[in-house]
Amino acid sequence: MASVKEMRNRIAAVKSTQKITKAMQMVAAAKLRRAQNAAQDSRPYAQRMAAVIANLAAGVSGDGAPKLLVGTGSDQRHLVLVATSDRGLAGGFNSSIVRAARQRIDQLLSEGKDVKIITVGRKARDQLRRLHASRTVDSFEVGGNPSLAVAETVSARVRELFEAGEVDVVTLFFSQFKSVVTQTPTARQLIPAEVADGSAPLDLKGASYEYEPDEGAILNELLPRNITTQIFSAMLENQAGFFAAQMTAMDNATRNAGDMIANLTLQMNRARQAQITKELIEIISGAEAI
Amino acid sequence: MAGAKLNFSLVSPERELFSGLVDQVDAPGSEGDFGVLAGHAPFMTALKEGPVRVHNDGRVTTYEVRGGFADVTPEGLTILAEHAQEAA
Repeated sequence: MASVKEMRNRIAAVKSTQKITKAMQMVAAAKLRRAQNAAQDSRPYAQRMAAVIANLAAGVSGDGAPKLLVGTGSDQRHLVLVATSDRGLAGGFNSSIVRAARQRIDQLLSEGKDVKIITVGRKARDQLRRLHASRTVDSFEVGGNPSLAVAETVSARVRELFEAGEVDVVTLFFSQFKSVVTQTPTARQLIPAEVADGSAPLDLKGASYEYEPDEGAILNELLPRNITTQIFSAMLENQAGFFAAQMTAMDNATRNAGDMIANLTLQMNRARQAQITKELIEIISGAEAI
Repeated sequence: MAGAKLNFSLVSPERELFSGLVDQVDAPGSEGDFGVLAGHAPFMTALKEGPVRVHNDGRVTTYEVRGGFADVTPEGLTILAEHAQEAA
């Protein structure tokens, strides 16, 4: 059995680890609140955007329809956009996003499709590098709080690939923030644009919609922006989910450290008592021998 | 339509800046500035950079808007702005 001194050192080490995990948990909780608000505040924009596009999409059809909306007519070349956080220590948060993406990639490859990958967030890049380095065309970092500028950069890169005719279908993987305890890895198709179903055309009460400059021009401006918005909102959802996952993970770690300390303290006391008993026996038997 | 109010919301990707009933909104359309009152015909336009003026109860609030869209439906006016902030 380890000596009392060794065990005392061990307990001190676990205690300082516990202090760190406890602090990380509290920091994550504070940041979670802000991230959650940011995610919530961004929803009205995304929802309105989706509604407007659904409305416009109902009006355009046929050959004149923008490619971003209807696709290229092929689904041979896929671009998989994987969004995670930059940092780890959040349980299975990033792994579950990457796992979902990897499953899709494997499925697409087994169907004989071409797959390209763009990663957003350091963890996605690191986790996909081993298997799919050759397919990764670009990597971006989130860099602190999600910013529209980063989303715009990613979006521009995606559109560039699409317009160069290198990809037909673009799917975004991220984690949807459902609640503090549930974050679901989600796949969302960016190109061709997924139009919200079931949104009945607006009742215009007999009037007709007027467009300035015109329907096509508006749609052409709106669709790229929609991609940016979707990426931005994915980053915000990720951010909120990340802190929630980190908070849970650090809470567990703190509790585990507590259990460990209790166990070690028990062992240490036993060892100390055993030693005292041994010393007593030695003294007594020494005294008896005289 | 006298006395009727327009349901107006101004949203940017980061947040909803304004949502509520107002008297009138002036916005910089790509083809010219325009004003919207309650009961405006359905209308959609791109916006150029400029001020959006919100008139309510005789007071005017101005927001600086860059890149976006205005969507007028029978339910009201929605402005989706890439960048928007309240002018000082």
